[in-house]
Parts: sequence; structure tokens; C-alpha cells
Amino acid sequence: MIEIDIHKRLLSTAGDFNLKISCAINEGQFVSIFGSSGAGKTTILRLIAGLTQQDSGFISVNNTIWFDATNSINLSPQKRKVGFVFQDYSLFPNMTVKENLEFALNKGQSKDIINELIETIELTDLQDRKPETLSGGQKQRVALARAMVQKPNILLLDEPLSALDGEMRNKLQDYILKVHKKYNLTTFLVSHDISEVFKLSDHVIKLENGSILQQGTPEELFLGKKTTGKHTTLGTVLSIQPSDIINIVKVLSNNNIIVVNATNEEAANLSEGDKVMITLKTFNPVIQKDLRYTQDG
Amino acid sequence: MLDWSPIILTLQLALITTVILFVISIPLAYWMANSKSRIKPIIEALVSLPLVLPPTVLGFYLLIAFSPESAIGAFLNDVFGLKLAFSFAGLVIGSIIYSLPFMVQPLQAGFSSLPSSLSEASFVLGKSKYQTITKVLIPNIKKSILTGIVLTFAHTVGEFGIVLMIGGNIPNQTKVVSIAIYDEVESLNYSTAHVYSGILLAVTFAILLLVYINNNRSNKSSK
Repeated sequence: MIEIDIHKRLLSTAGDFNLKISCAINEGQFVSIFGSSGAGKTTILRLIAGLTQQDSGFISVNNTIWFDATNSINLSPQKRKVGFVFQDYSLFPNMTVKENLEFALNKGQSKDIINELIETIELTDLQDRKPETLSGGQKQRVALARAMVQKPNILLLDEPLSALDGEMRNKLQDYILKVHKKYNLTTFLVSHDISEVFKLSDHVIKLENGSILQQGTPEELFLGKKTTGKHTTLGTVLSIQPSDIINIVKVLSNNNIIVVNATNEEAANLSEGDKVMITLKTFNPVIQKDLRYTQDG
Repeated sequence: MLDWSPIILTLQLALITTVILFVISIPLAYWMANSKSRIKPIIEALVSLPLVLPPTVLGFYLLIAFSPESAIGAFLNDVFGLKLAFSFAGLVIGSIIYSLPFMVQPLQAGFSSLPSSLSEASFVLGKSKYQTITKVLIPNIKKSILTGIVLTFAHTVGEFGIVLMIGGNIPNQTKVVSIAIYDEVESLNYSTAHVYSGILLAVTFAILLLVYINNNRSNKSSK
């Protein structure tokens, strides 16, 4: 159980505001911190990691107190043992991929974990290269692997995918999920991308101006109710074509184009470029095992 | 026959000064690059003073401080048996103060140019400040380090006023090349002055040339 009670005054271009967050997270959860930029998302990660000082409140992780203003307890970032993936990756330019991972080893820690991570995150071909020769997605994978070397219990991801294009994003989301499950992590992801939050997380904290607007499962937050026998996906309207008495609407969703029939009434509300939600009734779906996940169960 | 001792003495002084300054300046420059302390502007101003102050002013104050009649001079003499005025050790201390900005400023600029997330990433991985500076930061500011070392070395080789004030003109002790040239010119011995000057010119030009060749190369390779 991770208990967080944060209070910090933040200075921003839009004026000062108070970051005031209080929540409890169960171990093993994938938590997304969602909100527009400047809402204090990154600061929350930095406070958990101990890189920024909070004004008051406390942070306790599995009954260990990391920060407690009233008793002046404040563990240094070195002692908190979290994995942190920075937005700019922050790989050490003077070291190769493998050296970056080896630098992260604890004193006396076995090197086995390095080979395991290189295999899990598929870095074998990259291990002797310097960071400057890697693409954004590759750097991201190295940063993810490096954050995992010390086998932390908590993984903090600061908008790790914002600089990547669609396909690369999908692939990295899969790596993140894989690592999250394999190492039994409690993961905090900062994101402003609804589809990403939907895909990855099982708990969402929605921030606005430094305080929690809403929290709950992604379905509760974004769909407003618990779903039953329905699958909902988000997309963008590409075109609306009238055809006899109905309309054919093409929607782009996760790189797929879905064709949906809409009545004239429904189509009247829609125009090209609209963000839409498509609910599919899943009374007879075809279900198959995803072969990408079978190697590691 | 040319007396080589002023040249050797100059190189010795420059080498010792550069090594000591490097060791002192790394932590000082790191602090200056990262500190938000209120006394930081004071320290910065003090470090930069030798850039604008005439060397004779610095030399004059040091001479007074080193003299056995002053409190500092008497203390050093009584406790450590150190006589700094008109000695090589005194020259080293003078040079360290005089060349301080030439080492500290490039290093400080180097540390400031690195994104703060680089050291934060290292801290989160459980690494101490010392490990972070030696293994992560220093290897990534090699160019600034080279600049600092070369400027310090060349500046120490070229110092004159401060040596004259606190060192005088004692062969094998404080008679560095710049003093020797002055000495030879005063006794109208132009040919020896020519040789010393030529050597100094050639050495300093060669050092700077090497640095710029190296800089241009690393600029190309990083593009």
C-alpha cells in the first residue's frame, strides 16, 4: 500500500497554485496520472522519487515512511529505490547501452539481471551502441531497462511515449505492460493521452490545477459507468457518407479504420474530425490468445 | 649557453598550479553550477576578481600577507615553518589564486550545460554525488575540462606582475621565463631575451593550436 499526501506550492506561467493530492494505491496497480499540461503531473512523480521537496504531508510505501513533514523525515532519492524513466530519457552519453545498465547495478548485485533485461526488452543488437546513435523508441527502451536494473517496487514513467509515433507507441506500451507484470511493479504513468491511459492503467487520477478532479478505473472516469458486455473504443471521424436512408461513418481508432452505420439523427450530430466513442456489443466476440504474451505467461 | 632553468621552472609552476587548480575547481564549479545559495554571487565575484584586478594589486596584498610581520605570515612561519614570500611555494599559491577563474569558469559552464535530469537519473539509481560527478558528469564535459586545463596552464606560463611582486628574481626559485626576459632586456641582453620570447611564443601557440584542432574535430564528429 502506497499512501500519498502531498502539499506543495507550485510556480507556473499561469500563476501560482497549490498542488494538493491525497490518495492510497494498492501494490501492483498501474496508475495513470492524467491531466492537461501544467497541472502538476510531473511534480507528483518527482515528489515520490524525492527529487523535489514537498512543503508538507507524507509519503509512505509499504509501511516505510519516505517523507513526513511533521517528524522531519525525508529519505534521499538514493534511498527511495524507485525506477524513474525521464521524459528526455536521460541516458548517460558517455556510456554504451550495456554500460548504462551496468552503472545502475547496486554494489555487489549480480549481472544476471542485465542479461535478463536485455532479453526481455530486446536490446541485444543495441547493447554496444552509444545513446546518441539510437532512435527515440530505442532510447526509451534502454531507459526503461535501466530503471529496472535495481528491481524497484515502484516504477515512475514521465510521459515516456509523448515523443514517439503511433506504431512505436503501441510497441512500447506493450513493453511497459510486460515489465509491469513480470516484475510485479506498482507503476505510475504521467500521460495526457486518453487511449494510452485506457490501454495501460487500472487506476486513473485525473488532475486539474493541482488537485484531484476524479479518480477510479479508466471506464469509470472516461465512460461514466461500469461497462458490461460492451467494448468501447475511442476514435476520430474521418468521413460521413449518406447512403439511402442511413449514413456510413468511417472512424479512425488505434490505427484501424472502423466503418459504422449511423441513422440520420445520429449523423446530424457528427462532423469530420470529431472525437467519438464507439461502443460494440460484445455478445458473440471471437476470443483468441495473444501470441505476443505467451513466452512469459 | 642558454640558461634553461627559467623555462623548466615556468613549466613546473604551470603544471603544479594546473593540477592543484583542477582538483580544487571541480567541486567549486559543481557547487557554483547547482547552488541557489545567497552567498553564491559573493563567491562568483571573488573567483572572477583576478580577471579584472591588476596582478600587481593581488601581488601586493599577497606579499603583505606572506610577510613574517603579518598575522598570516607569522602563523605559517611559526606553525609550519613556511616562508612564502620570495619562494616557489609562494608563487604556486599566487598562481592558484591568479588563474582560478580560468579553470573554474569553463568547468562551471560545462556543468551548467548538462541537463539536470542526468544527475537526477544517477541519484535515483542510488549513486552518491561523488560517483555522479566522477562517472557521469566529468566524462560528459571533457571539452570544458580541456579548455580549463589549457587556459590555466597558458595563463600561468604568461603571468608576470604577480610573480614580480611576491617572487622577485631568484634563480631556480622564482625566476620564471617572463621575469628572465624582463631581466635580460634591462641588461640590454637582447639575444637571450629573443630566445626566451621565441620559445614562449612557440610553446603557447602550439598548445592553443592543438586545442583548436581537437575542438574542430569533435565538433565535426558530433554533427
